[in-house]
Amino acid sequence: MTMIEMKRVYKTYKRKNVATEALKGIDLEIQEGDIFGVIGYSGAGKSTLVRLVNYLERPTSGQVIVDGQVLNDLSDSQLRAMKKQIGMIFQHFNLLESKTVFDNVAIPLVLSKKPKDEMKKRVMELLDFVGLSDKARSYPKELSGGQKQRVGIARALASNPKILLCDEATSALDPQTTQSILQLLKRVNKEYNITIMLITHEMSVIREVCNRVAVMEAGEIIEQGSVLDVFGHPKYPTTKNFVKTVIHNSIPESVKRTLKKTENSRVFRVEVKGEVASEPIVHQLMKNHEVEMNILFANMTEIQETTLVIMYMQFDGEASAIERTLQFLNEKGAGIEEVVE
Amino acid sequence: MFETVITLDQFLQASIDTLYMVGMSLFIGSLIGIPLGIALVVTRPGGIMQSKTFYSILNPIINIVRSLPFIILMVAIIPFTRMVVGTSIGTNAAIVPLIIFISPFIARLIENSLLEVNAGIIEAAESMGATPFQIIWYFLLPEAFGSLILSITTATIGLIGATAMAGTVGGGGVGDLAIVYGYQRFDTFAMISTVVILVIFVQIIQSTGNVLARKARKE
Repeated sequence: MTMIEMKRVYKTYKRKNVATEALKGIDLEIQEGDIFGVIGYSGAGKSTLVRLVNYLERPTSGQVIVDGQVLNDLSDSQLRAMKKQIGMIFQHFNLLESKTVFDNVAIPLVLSKKPKDEMKKRVMELLDFVGLSDKARSYPKELSGGQKQRVGIARALASNPKILLCDEATSALDPQTTQSILQLLKRVNKEYNITIMLITHEMSVIREVCNRVAVMEAGEIIEQGSVLDVFGHPKYPTTKNFVKTVIHNSIPESVKRTLKKTENSRVFRVEVKGEVASEPIVHQLMKNHEVEMNILFANMTEIQETTLVIMYMQFDGEASAIERTLQFLNEKGAGIEEVVE
Repeated sequence: MFETVITLDQFLQASIDTLYMVGMSLFIGSLIGIPLGIALVVTRPGGIMQSKTFYSILNPIINIVRSLPFIILMVAIIPFTRMVVGTSIGTNAAIVPLIIFISPFIARLIENSLLEVNAGIIEAAESMGATPFQIIWYFLLPEAFGSLILSITTATIGLIGATAMAGTVGGGGVGDLAIVYGYQRFDTFAMISTVVILVIFVQIIQSTGNVLARKARKE
């Protein structure tokens, strides 16, 4: 089921008669249960995009559909009811400094006028879920960044939302804390079956938790798909740059310089995914002696609990022998691309 | 030590008059000024209840009243004061201009305090589907509370200064004592003792404000 959908969404800001196009024709679909990542450099329009989902930003044109409801058609009070179905966490946590952890988490329930005892039960349950039961009486000032974000997550979950929006939720945290928050988000996704949309500029965040990803540049989604596909086959320079930050995906310069090209040699990029990666493909290739094989570069990454292996291989041999080798790889389910430089 | 004509009773009465004028005008002034301050914040461009018309009327009115020095405001509105309390002389008569003087001042101070609240908090509130009233009540006011206390403290001290001038309409109070006896009759004792009393008043008010604000900020 589609949880979040955007159709031809444009957003233009007007300031002092200068119009800035923040979003230029966004088409997007996020399925129920997805952890959908949006990555892009600052100014790409990510923040605006995520705020369209709970209508903190209204589109200039185009449709935003959340859980089957077209947000454009809703009245203010219907929108407020809709927002209770959507939790949101922020880069700087945005907790009330004047209230205890307990009261911060309780606030969405206070707004919905829930009875006191029900509220107490729910808040303690959530604090337990995020591992902060002992901090109920503390103030945000007394917490570390990671703990603050846990409070933020508990607060966002208080009203039992279907969707959780994460606005650079780990960007202010150190790598270790980031890891623990990401693990928590995974649990939120699995245990409560909450669809998560997160925006980030860190590819490692996408690799760690997302199953689908969209890459944004200058107000447009330039690439989207499963994380495995996008990581394996980045098409645009921006995507390639992002992927490069977590996967080395090209022949190192030093190898390139010393690469001996002969008349019969060809270089291929071979990509192997999932179970195939554990088969002794290389061994089998070497055994048949038809071509001389040289691995120029190899990298292995785990994405979504799937192994992704990227190798650059040079084959030297007769044309027909190389063709047979390629066919063998093809049968094994490897993705092959010739590298022409 | 010093020759003086004023009695202890006069001192007590003057102190009570000052406290009465400050208290009354602070109370009514807050009832007017705090909602106005909130209104300024929520209706300003980009506010949660943005209203260009409302803001562009309220904002200059507050500026106009704020630009009048109290002593001028006081005499300028004498007809109005007479209409409201039936007289232009005495403590109650002084309270009318004091309220008109302090309300816009409080409105500005409250506005500044509320503007200090992190915009992210308002965004979080909106993301939870809070109504504008809920945003003000559950987010804006509690977050600004410490700062609001300090604003009211500043307003109170401003009022003590203004009450001294109220002496010119026979308002009474410690300021009146200082001018009528200390200045006009060269009664040095009256002068020094009123100064001491005013200093003590201000010290107490500021310290109380600081303590309460610290408490509100959970420090």
